[in-house]
Amino acid sequence: MKTNIQEIKDLSIGFKSQKGKQISILRNITTNIRKGETVGIVGESGSGKSTLALAMMGYIKHGLFTTRGECLFKSQNLLSLNNKELEEIRGRKIAMIPQNAGQALTPNLKIGYQIEEALRLHTDYSKTEREKKISELLNQVRLPSPKIMALRYPHELSGGQQQRVAVAMALAGNPELLLLDEPTTGLDVTTQAHVLELLKDIAKDTGTSMVYVSHDLGAIAQVCDRVIVMYAGEIVLEGPVRKILKEPIHPYTYGLLKSIPKLSLAGLPDSMPGSQPQPGNIGSGCSFYDRCNFSNDKCKVNVPKLEYISEMDTSVRCFNHSELISITSEQKSKNHLQKEITIDEILDLKDVSISYAKQGIIDQFLNKVTDTNPTVKDINININKGETIALVGESGSGKSTILKSIAGLLKTKDGYIKFDKEKLLSGDLKKRNSEDLRSIQLIFQNPDESLNPNHTVEQILSQPLKLYFGLTGSKLKSSIAELLEKVRLGAFYMSRYPRQLSGGEKQRIAVARAFAARPDIILCDEVTSALDVSVQAAVLDLLQKLKEELGTTYVFVSHDLAVVKAISDRVAVLYQGRLCEIGPSKNVYQFPSHPYTEVLIGAVLEPDPDIKPKLVAEDIVEEKPPEIGCSFQGRCPRIIGDKCRNETPPWQIGDNGNAIRCHIGIEELKIQQSQC
Amino acid sequence: MENSKNIFNENPKSSLAKVLDIITTMASKPSGFIGLAILIFHVILAISSPWFAPYDYKAINPSLMLNAPSSEFWFGTDSLGRDVFTRTILGGRTALTITFFGSIIALLWGGLLGIFCGLVGGRIDDIVMRIVDAFLSIPWILAMLLIVSLLGTTTEVLIPALGFFYGKGIVRVARAATHDVIAKDFIVSAKARGHSNLSIIWNEILPNVRDAILVEGAMRWSWMLLGFSSLSFLGFGVSPPTPDWGLMISNARGLMSFAWWAVIAPIVGLSSLIIGINLTADAFAKALGIDRSTKAPV
Repeated sequence: MKTNIQEIKDLSIGFKSQKGKQISILRNITTNIRKGETVGIVGESGSGKSTLALAMMGYIKHGLFTTRGECLFKSQNLLSLNNKELEEIRGRKIAMIPQNAGQALTPNLKIGYQIEEALRLHTDYSKTEREKKISELLNQVRLPSPKIMALRYPHELSGGQQQRVAVAMALAGNPELLLLDEPTTGLDVTTQAHVLELLKDIAKDTGTSMVYVSHDLGAIAQVCDRVIVMYAGEIVLEGPVRKILKEPIHPYTYGLLKSIPKLSLAGLPDSMPGSQPQPGNIGSGCSFYDRCNFSNDKCKVNVPKLEYISEMDTSVRCFNHSELISITSEQKSKNHLQKEITIDEILDLKDVSISYAKQGIIDQFLNKVTDTNPTVKDINININKGETIALVGESGSGKSTILKSIAGLLKTKDGYIKFDKEKLLSGDLKKRNSEDLRSIQLIFQNPDESLNPNHTVEQILSQPLKLYFGLTGSKLKSSIAELLEKVRLGAFYMSRYPRQLSGGEKQRIAVARAFAARPDIILCDEVTSALDVSVQAAVLDLLQKLKEELGTTYVFVSHDLAVVKAISDRVAVLYQGRLCEIGPSKNVYQFPSHPYTEVLIGAVLEPDPDIKPKLVAEDIVEEKPPEIGCSFQGRCPRIIGDKCRNETPPWQIGDNGNAIRCHIGIEELKIQQSQC
Repeated sequence: MENSKNIFNENPKSSLAKVLDIITTMASKPSGFIGLAILIFHVILAISSPWFAPYDYKAINPSLMLNAPSSEFWFGTDSLGRDVFTRTILGGRTALTITFFGSIIALLWGGLLGIFCGLVGGRIDDIVMRIVDAFLSIPWILAMLLIVSLLGTTTEVLIPALGFFYGKGIVRVARAATHDVIAKDFIVSAKARGHSNLSIIWNEILPNVRDAILVEGAMRWSWMLLGFSSLSFLGFGVSPPTPDWGLMISNARGLMSFAWWAVIAPIVGLSSLIIGINLTADAFAKALGIDRSTKAPV
């Protein structure tokens, strides 16, 4: 048995509410971190995972205080140390890697200087030794040409590179414990896979203990040895990663795993009902009682204790865990009928180009085209009635840009968008008639931003009803109640404000608002990425049901390939504003032909420690698309030379219905893929 | 049904209850309580003073010239033998009324123009804002003197003139507050649905910038009060013999060395009212959750 580096004993952290009631955020946490192991802390937002990670370095957010227990780092209680004593430990013995490195790095200081500062504060190296160490550290985090890199400013690096610099800074003090707070959440799929790979190697090479806080079970599965699952401020399950992810014996973890969309499964994942109780609103019994399928009367009154099961090396907080052991881990999922889509075109994007560049007055006068390399170029997509087409790609791929131009929020530079076979949609919102505007509705990523915080649900939903149908009085009210019913919410939600709703409920209101216009097409912009996993499944399920009921067409934009697979009929893969591959999603996922699709799908992290991501290409980030040639030439692992650099690749149509844009033949690509 | 046992099961509050809530929060801090108390005192005084003023404010009596405070004349008498106490309690009436309505005008035009500029942006915004900037660069007192000397010092001139000159700053604040919400998706959503600009301003933006503008308006009120008193002090505000603090200070300042009482009373009246409005505005901002230290007015 390895020695413990950190022991947390019966820790509770809470705050005092305005009415003077004491409310706990963390409740009776007891666990320990062993030397050299990587522990994952998982939970949904509000589960207290970040508070726990911060307490591990002796930091408690303003307004919170420890109500009981202690947090021992090498038998020293961090929570009773003063700032001076903590300074000795932080950076030197415990280091932290923040979620958003772009914001954690000082923007006006060079990378090298920032790392040097960390070295100066946390080590006893001399000046020349520090210089050498900077290069070593940058090498260690696999940043190319460290000497040049050290002279750059944070904004000159990509998100992945910034995260690597943050890792280098954390490693500067040679810490024994590394705390990582969602270190890959804001990164693109391919970058994320690379950063995780790096972290894993660092843990192996240096023997540093790591605590990895994340909501993403896919990332946890890749890096962690042991997992702690948190729910409503408690540890509900703790054990080795394989046991937790493959045989979850707590109903919450079981449900959570089932609600994650996976590449290996067809159709929509099961959703979990309800949402996590708010701090201060936890009943007398088990905190998961309301949402549990395995609960009985005992759970309602008694709080289960964390029970250690030696044969599984797992601790679980549930009375009925033995029932779950017997359930096979075999996951059955609802069959998503991929019904045949009849060719009945509703939206036609022809040669669409969109540019963000603004023409200067003189250029405008001379009628000169200034931007020869627009952000989005040559987009040809036909969308049929009743189908769900997904646009996927990493950040900067232009997927949201295309969505905005369909909605009329951005003007197209070239090409046209045709609606319902004959109606040409104007690029200018003001020139579209009310009927066209009604037919196309948008749902946004973050309901906190898309719902007016000063409006009640009733006011929010009445906007489109008043505008398009002129409803008033009791008619308006009954329509709103009907809409709420449609999105599985009761009419009593009408008088509530968005801040009184949970994340999932808010997104349902946003969905209801879009459907209020009785649209033909709904544009979904990353609609589930701001939501917790268990809620995401429910929203996807709702969208699917509404579509089946009303025959709406969805244009679904997402960076999450597993979500796209679950919901879409057809997929269009975009890179740098250019189409790479388009085809029925079943085929695209099964036989990704285009090299970029292959890279993208290979990098998806599955919540299974036995499925490793395939890292084919480098995770370089390109600022803008190349002027000529194939858009993916900069990163393509199968590049064949000058042809790719100079000529725009032609469309090829495979026998399975996928169309790709590549110079290499589809058959040839298949052979190459099977070789590696 | 998702989460029917929400902790926020409270009933939505009526607007009256919300206003009472805000006032209770304001009064819960010492500074807010003092500010509110002073302001309410002044308002009550201004409304009720004509009924209990002990003397006629315009009764001149040379035999009583510059009497020191006594049990008969609490604050003494001025150079024309008028009772200073009477004139002081009546002296805030004109100033309060004119500046109150002036502030409302400033709020209305400044707020709406600011929101409009923030919403439409582009060339219209550029042009309007440069005009506002140009007006901001003119010393207001010079401009006011010009207007007053051309059009006279009647209430009908003073209220819109003050309202105009103090509204310029509100344009900037309202525009900045609009910029905070304009990028949010609920505005984009309203635009994409095809609502008119007016409907977007009224339904989507106004509820979100209302608080910031109201607080700004409250601050402008105290500044306008000082400005109005300055005008009176210079002889361009109200005309004698109407009692007014600025005018009273102006008339009595030459005699300050031997008849201090004639100056002190209006000074205390004016400064306490301004302090009262300032403290109230600050408490109001805090009660609404607006931090004036980080969002300084332009």
